[in-house]
Amino acid sequence: MALSKQEIAQRIAKELQDKWYVNLGIGIPTLVANYIPEGIEVEFQSENGLLGMGPFPIEGTEDADLINAGKQTVTVLDGGSIFDSATSFSMIRGKHVQLTVLGAMEVAQNGDIANWKIPGKMVKGMGGAMDLVASADNIIVAMMHTNKRGESKILKQCSLPLTGVGCVTKVVTNLAVLEVKNGAFHLLERAPGVSVKEIEAATEGTLIVNGEIPEMSI
Amino acid sequence: MINKKVSNVEQALTGVKDGMTFMLGGFGLCGIPENAIAELVKLNVRNVTCISNNAGVDDFGLGLLLQGKQIKKMISSYVGENDEFERQMLSGELEVELTPQGTLAEKCRAAQAGFPAFYTPAGYGTEVAEGKETREFDGKMYVLEPAFKADFAFVKAWKGDTAGNLIFKGTARNFNPNMCGAATITVAEVEELVPAGTLDPNQIHIPGIFVQRIFQGEKYEKRIEQRTVTPKS
Repeated sequence: MALSKQEIAQRIAKELQDKWYVNLGIGIPTLVANYIPEGIEVEFQSENGLLGMGPFPIEGTEDADLINAGKQTVTVLDGGSIFDSATSFSMIRGKHVQLTVLGAMEVAQNGDIANWKIPGKMVKGMGGAMDLVASADNIIVAMMHTNKRGESKILKQCSLPLTGVGCVTKVVTNLAVLEVKNGAFHLLERAPGVSVKEIEAATEGTLIVNGEIPEMSI
Repeated sequence: MINKKVSNVEQALTGVKDGMTFMLGGFGLCGIPENAIAELVKLNVRNVTCISNNAGVDDFGLGLLLQGKQIKKMISSYVGENDEFERQMLSGELEVELTPQGTLAEKCRAAQAGFPAFYTPAGYGTEVAEGKETREFDGKMYVLEPAFKADFAFVKAWKGDTAGNLIFKGTARNFNPNMCGAATITVAEVEELVPAGTLDPNQIHIPGIFVQRIFQGEKYEKRIEQRTVTPKS
């Protein structure tokens, strides 16, 4: 069975490590915060200027002056802090944030990512995505393996305008966990019940399969 | 003490003219200078360039200036949630320069701090870097981005004093501090204006030197774009 969006987030949450500061993008990445492994401490950074972001406020306590980068009302946890936008991107550009998780429309085997613009459609903008992907050492992309027409989004080369070059380190899709290195996708894990053949068929980019590929545990 | 206080928004916006470039603080609708925007609508200044992370929604924030077709060019990182914006952009009436969010903040800070330009990795290898100077440092490529130049910066703070010192609240801080002192004239509007000497100097976020005019704002609506809550158990 291919993973649901929640399960993709759950699998990515297993990548979190103790004492990491983490920036989560909009969509599936936001769900990662719901599955922090037991016994570790992580803090979530929201690029509009918030570290130590907490859950949505209890109904009736929401504050217009406290939102996340998705413009949703949120809370601050104990030990959290608030800062201006330039300081926020100093944390990101200066590599003080250990992990960035974001969505993508396309990922290529050289680590390129496209997630902000479809030619001919209304372009809303890149927000903080270009700064995030250009700066972080550790970038995990959360995405569906194929588009609605069944075409692969895991490619030899991106066809859409790029957000960043050579930056993606790992991809977690509804079908597989892939590592991006040496110009290829390396298959690390399969979704439960999904065969290597199915993953190969859904992957346009070069896929390296080394030995027995384990199923993900979620 | 140098007094920065002006008595109302009309005085605060004296000198605003057609064709100028404005910086406006805020992230989405959070921390936007509501009073200054309302006055810009009233003054009906036209052909202006606005530097702002977002462009408001159809009937609030910078959306109000778009409705009156007052804006010639927007410099932003994200401009969704606004149908009129989309219409003007697609019809070519409105020029849009999309800028990565961290670069946008740093172009403000550079202007504030007196740097003409800086190198950033953001946008390297993408269309954002087209035509721009690039350079390698320690094996990594960077793009040269110039500081902004603006005539007015309109910012919103929580508290301020008559010396122009500012304190922000929550994530309404965002771009506001970075825009202070980044334009020829910085106009700050505050929810609570107090006499100099009232605020603890240790708690000041932006020193008054970066602010030319300060006034007591009125009738803050503080609209929430995405009200997300945890139900009461």
